[in-house]
Amino acid sequence: MARYIGKRLIYMFITLALIATFTFFLMKILPGSPIASADKLSPEQRAVVEARYGLDQPLPVQYFDYMFGLLRGDLGISINQFKGANVTDVILSRMGPSAQIGFQGMLLGTVLGILFGMVAALRQNTWVDYGSTIVAIIGISIPSFVFASMLQYWFGLKWDLFPVALWKDGFMSSVLPSIALAMFPLATAARFIRTEMIEVLGSDYITLAKAKGASGSEIAFKHAFRNALIPLITVLGPMAVSILTGSLVVEQIFAIPGIGEQFVKSIMVNDFSIIMGTTIFFSVFLIVVILIVDILYGVIDPRIRLSGGKN
Amino acid sequence: MEKILQVKDLELSFNTYGGEVKAIRGVNFDLYKGETLAIVGESGSGKSVTTKSIMRLLPEESAEFKSGEILFGGRDLTKLSDKEMQKIRGKDISMIFQDPMTSLNPTMPVGRQITEPILKHQNINKDEAKKLAIDLLRLVGMPKPELRMKQYPHQFSGGQRQRIVIAIALACNPQILIADEPTTALDVTIQAQILELMKDLQKKIDTSIIFITHDLGVVANVADRVAVMYGGKIVEIGTVDEIFYNPQHPYTWGLLSSMPSMDAEDAKLYAIPGTPPDLLNPPKGDAFALRSEYAMKIDMEQSPPFFKVSDTHMAATWLLHPEAPAVEPPEMVIERMKKFPGSRYYEGSAN
Repeated sequence: MARYIGKRLIYMFITLALIATFTFFLMKILPGSPIASADKLSPEQRAVVEARYGLDQPLPVQYFDYMFGLLRGDLGISINQFKGANVTDVILSRMGPSAQIGFQGMLLGTVLGILFGMVAALRQNTWVDYGSTIVAIIGISIPSFVFASMLQYWFGLKWDLFPVALWKDGFMSSVLPSIALAMFPLATAARFIRTEMIEVLGSDYITLAKAKGASGSEIAFKHAFRNALIPLITVLGPMAVSILTGSLVVEQIFAIPGIGEQFVKSIMVNDFSIIMGTTIFFSVFLIVVILIVDILYGVIDPRIRLSGGKN
Repeated sequence: MEKILQVKDLELSFNTYGGEVKAIRGVNFDLYKGETLAIVGESGSGKSVTTKSIMRLLPEESAEFKSGEILFGGRDLTKLSDKEMQKIRGKDISMIFQDPMTSLNPTMPVGRQITEPILKHQNINKDEAKKLAIDLLRLVGMPKPELRMKQYPHQFSGGQRQRIVIAIALACNPQILIADEPTTALDVTIQAQILELMKDLQKKIDTSIIFITHDLGVVANVADRVAVMYGGKIVEIGTVDEIFYNPQHPYTWGLLSSMPSMDAEDAKLYAIPGTPPDLLNPPKGDAFALRSEYAMKIDMEQSPPFFKVSDTHMAATWLLHPEAPAVEPPEMVIERMKKFPGSRYYEGSAN
């Protein structure tokens, strides 16, 4: 197990280096300059500013500078969006709200999704099943920004239950964005669990469990549930991506001072080091999620438990 | 002998989109204490459905008892509630399934799968249940049972898994063990081992076995009595000698003729022509008539009643009617009948 994780960490490192390299050169190809109102500056002024951020160096030098900085954990400094602030500090200070709504959304989505899926499978072809199917279809087909606006309108404006936007009332402010983020994981989990539960409930070992005298709930929870979970883990990775990309939009709509909101703004103002830093941060996040998913597989399904430990 | 289970006039249908499939059409049999009753017949004859209906393991939304009763311990199993059935399943009646590769839960250690029915039906704690499970594994011939308790099904071979399934079935010393083609999915050498194990265990715990199979070789090996099923009905029932050496129903003749034999002269194996009847629209008369060269006019009109051949032997064929013309069974069957005292072809003892 330790050896496996070690190997995975090396791959993760290589993947990150590649992502950093690609992003770096893509950024350089893009037109535009991070220096605000560059046109108004005299060539001398411009040279001073560029020298300050190392933009006057030849491209390879800039690249290796950046990569070595990355190795030391230095993501550089913000060029214009946060005027000279350390990128790492910017990301860390923005992480809190993003992590909170992301975690709440994911938790709410998967738990409710699993519940909906289970109930739908156990009450197959009843109104409960159809209801859960409709919720799932809505969750997959309505984009999060439409859903977010609807939540703002009904729960924020009309019924005045939660703040419409801004990050001022702590948990209350996080409710609507979390729900908006939860829709996709909820729908995905519900569909997956329903399909898988129905298949598992028809399998021989469930008949054997019944033949042992197990009751309906024992069959559903002790025997079927864990087996039905296995394919859901596969989509946990994509779900995490949906939370990330979702948060770009949702944070904008709800004006949450999170990483997503800051990322979108940094792209608009061409803040090179912030874009790089955030991309790398997101990449690390995703790669770690994928590693966790792979480890979870083994925890839930003994057949693919990673070797190294014997048995 | 004590009757432990009585199936009386059982009729069961599946409600499908295509209509009502009459899977069991009036089945009668008794199971005696300590005996092994084999139910044989081709796919779709209703043998599995009959036993699954005893355990009430058929899907409740589609399977429906039409009439008849299944008497066990003074109660009619067709009328019990789910809760009451749960108390019987795994305790008084348990079951071994066909495919050991899929009948164990892949994400649960086998130890827990064995202790589950013990904890459910017996009033003992976890440690005692574990000890019992280890004993059971030893009983079914699993080496190093303590170590293997913690392992998962994928760490066992097919034969070993079937041993585990047997251990689960025997966990509460059931009065009836239903074995639904328990050796079909295993290779031949393992088949023999599992059959030996089952015979051995039957003696040890004195249980009655209903053994479903389409393998007549297995029947000859394990059964005391045999019921031959066709088209949702039992067409012939008798002791294993009576069925093998004095068969009366043309379908039984067909089955025996299609069995490979060591001393058969011609190399070609006999196959019963045609296909089993469509139980969505079951035939009016004898279900086998359309495939039988011995069919008479009445076979198309009326379903034959049971005719008694001996106290233990009955067959549902019009050929046994006093007014029916005498017919010659197939050559191979006559050869068999020659060895059976009481059959009309009996030639005395072979030496």
